[in-house]
Amino acid sequence: MSGLRKILSNWLPAYAFLYIVFLYLPVIFLPIFSVNTSASPKFPLSGFTLKWYEELPHTPALLDAAWNSLMVGVSAAILSTVLGICAARAITRYRFPGRRTINGLLMAPLVLPEIIVAVSMLLVMLQLGLSLSLVTVVLGHVLVCIPYSLSVLTSGFEGFDRSLEEASADLGESAFGTFRRVTLPMVAPAIISSLLVSFTISLDEFIMAFFLTGTESTLPVYIWGQLRFASKLPGVLALGTLLLVGSFVLLTLAEILRRRAARRTQNTGGVFA
Amino acid sequence: MTAAAEGAPALRPAQSRRTSLLQSESAQGFALISPTFLYALVLLVVPILVVIAHSFWTQNYLTIDRTFTLENYRIALTEPIYRDLLMRSLRISLLVSFFTVVLAYPIAFYISFHGGRHKGLWLFLITIPFWTSYLLRVMSWKVILGYNGVLNSGLLGLGIIDEPSTALLYNTSAVVITLTHAWAAFAILPIFVSLEKIDRTLIEAATDLGDGPLRRFMRVTLPLSVPGIVSAILIVMIPTVGDFVTPRLVGGKDGVMIANAIQAQFGKGANWPLGAALSVTTMAIVTMMAAATVLIIRSAARLAR
Amino acid sequence: MPERSKSERPMIEIAHVTRSYGAFKALDDASLTIREGEFFSLLGPSGCGKTTLLRMIAGFDNPTSGSIAVDGQEMLGIPANRRPTNMVFQSYAIFPHLNVEQNVGYGLKRLRLDATEEKRRVEEALAQVSLTGLGKRGATELSGGQRQRVALARALVMRPKVLLLDEPLSALDKKLREQMQVELRRLQQAVGITFILVTHDQYEALAMSDRIAVMFGGKIAQVASPKEIYQRPVNRQVADFLGGMNFVKAEIVEENGASMTVDTLGFGRVKTDKPAAFVRNGKAATLGIRPERLRVLWDDAKDKHEVAGTVVDRHYFGEITHLIVDIPGLEKPLSVTETNNFGADDIPVGAPIRLAYDPDALVAMAD
Repeated sequence: MSGLRKILSNWLPAYAFLYIVFLYLPVIFLPIFSVNTSASPKFPLSGFTLKWYEELPHTPALLDAAWNSLMVGVSAAILSTVLGICAARAITRYRFPGRRTINGLLMAPLVLPEIIVAVSMLLVMLQLGLSLSLVTVVLGHVLVCIPYSLSVLTSGFEGFDRSLEEASADLGESAFGTFRRVTLPMVAPAIISSLLVSFTISLDEFIMAFFLTGTESTLPVYIWGQLRFASKLPGVLALGTLLLVGSFVLLTLAEILRRRAARRTQNTGGVFA
Repeated sequence: MTAAAEGAPALRPAQSRRTSLLQSESAQGFALISPTFLYALVLLVVPILVVIAHSFWTQNYLTIDRTFTLENYRIALTEPIYRDLLMRSLRISLLVSFFTVVLAYPIAFYISFHGGRHKGLWLFLITIPFWTSYLLRVMSWKVILGYNGVLNSGLLGLGIIDEPSTALLYNTSAVVITLTHAWAAFAILPIFVSLEKIDRTLIEAATDLGDGPLRRFMRVTLPLSVPGIVSAILIVMIPTVGDFVTPRLVGGKDGVMIANAIQAQFGKGANWPLGAALSVTTMAIVTMMAAATVLIIRSAARLAR
Repeated sequence: MPERSKSERPMIEIAHVTRSYGAFKALDDASLTIREGEFFSLLGPSGCGKTTLLRMIAGFDNPTSGSIAVDGQEMLGIPANRRPTNMVFQSYAIFPHLNVEQNVGYGLKRLRLDATEEKRRVEEALAQVSLTGLGKRGATELSGGQRQRVALARALVMRPKVLLLDEPLSALDKKLREQMQVELRRLQQAVGITFILVTHDQYEALAMSDRIAVMFGGKIAQVASPKEIYQRPVNRQVADFLGGMNFVKAEIVEENGASMTVDTLGFGRVKTDKPAAFVRNGKAATLGIRPERLRVLWDDAKDKHEVAGTVVDRHYFGEITHLIVDIPGLEKPLSVTETNNFGADDIPVGAPIRLAYDPDALVAMAD
């Protein structure tokens, strides 16, 4: 019995370490080959260079795509967070028939093949005669972001003790004043966290953007176009590294805020909890 | 002196209040959720219904013929190319969900039971790679597994192999490896959550009643984490079947999946009804497969007790 | 509780208040008057409607019918934030994003006082609850007792006409709870505000209140002083809820206005007060006597009123012993509580025993 425990306790940490290596393996090669002089990514490395990074600002198509992604990301983040706030507040605060069904529907994009959601929307847009543009991409991204926003916000709102709002009203504060002085400060971290998470998802999302965009491309669509040319690979890796750093910073921020929110409402649980 | 109730103040005319607070509460809740609900209704439910409708129609160049037909389904289910693609996609998504869950379980277990104060950090560590650009992660696997790739050049350099192996890239296993990596976080998190919910005194009780580590894992921990396993499988299996980036980039000829065919019908092939029928068929079959898997796991868990 | 001269002016008038949820009535035609400066308790088991009533006074719930007035002003239609009442919540509802000072000053911000006056009132409230110097402490760094005090100060600083307390001591451990009971009572006497306390703990209600309303199933069963409620419960339910009570079957011989004469098997013929709520049902009645009102007669001691029986069980509780005594003629043995000063803990099971009682301690009640 103690022998087995010993094996278990030694085996698990080793496995955990290997698993983390497996998870980070592809991520690590992005920055490594982005500073390699050779255009083809292989070992041994041929030399250190920053030229792939230097070329990035001189690629107008890339800059356009980056600007588009920023616009799409900000719009999708705001929209999905606003819609998420309504839904999360309704779900955590009120009991009404169909609450679980609606929640299930809103979470559905998480378990649906993205291509099917994308082609469905595409069909409807085309049927309605809407021209594809960044607006249609935003519409699609909001749908994909809602499950994440909803999870973050629900976990932020859930531990919220209703008697805090009652206490505020009891002390003479109006409904709006209560929202401003109690509700908002308490849930603000969850809201910001939702904004950051949905922005990051929109920034990286490819399939919806691929189907729903018109002539303008977002960053992932631009990258997809570049992947056909082997010579463009290092540039793509450099761009990918920058995106990786950006995402990392945003998500670290989101996580810190979510934890602060959780501590306030004495609640634990992340995106998936 | 004793009185059942004090003399009541004069009765004022009873004001008619809202008959039930419950009713007004549901109305408020529903009003609040309606914008989000309508959004999902218009942009998710309606489009899916439109796709289902299209799958029963036919297309003549640019016009849609709205006479009801099952022809698209006949093609989707009997044409060898679509049938093979569908079978392969199902096999791949089954393999991917199996490997993802089996590989993810120990790590979720480790974090939950041995993570100590650093549980949050571990989870964060695990979710980071998942947040990096999906396209680039797939690309990175291509770099790792390619003929001149990291793995081959590494193995060559170490003298383990004499010439680069072509077995690594452009086949089903490359697709399975890439997808197993891509969906890792989606499997770890639900399993972790279900393990966290297990009351630790249950495990102490099992020990107290004479079970060793392995037995109490099989008899208590594993059965109680079944909900996590089930949601991990659902969250991995169904979306995986619809991936077309991974097969396109690392799958080669043998790794092409049904999603590539769907994409073609909405792109170059321009046969929307057939694409719609393929989508509906894929969804229906993968849902059935997922449901069957869940049922099997649940009954296995029941038998294991 | 020493009687103090108190205003008889009604502060809260609750008239025929009913609150229904579909077919279920959380509150059923409750009427009640609470006087100015009174420490009043709503006592009852969970689900009896006491919290519903409190929340209606605060404005967080509305009666289906009936009316509630505070200081002569009808409250229906007035939202919680415009009522002259303040509440100490069961969970305390301390704003976690604010420190102690900001929590206490929360409601004052609306009054737009000048900064020094606001600070003075916050300090004064903190001093009242002995939290001076803790103003800058974060809400999450407080102990349970301190949170309770902050909640109290936050409500008192508003100078409400009525302070509502929803089970404010239930989250504290026994020792702290007893200490806070004394402090709350002292505080109430110092500020002179009407306090309404909701509790399910009968000792808490008895120890703190001027008057108590006992509630069951949405109805008010009895409203009276603690002593009255304990000694003269109107029915078996109230008697039972407030502690041990021996019930003795009786037969009515004579009814005479406020008093009546009954026959019992164990205690013979007894003349007793008739409770106002007593509804005659044939000749049957119930008498009750508290276990501590029965006294063991040692050796040859004699008393005018005594019953004899046999000890059938004995439970030791440190300072007291609980004896179960079988009396011929009674369908249930009597519970007797005796201090251990004279060796009640040494009385062997099976021993014959004689008990003395005061006929005044035998009270008639409705079933």
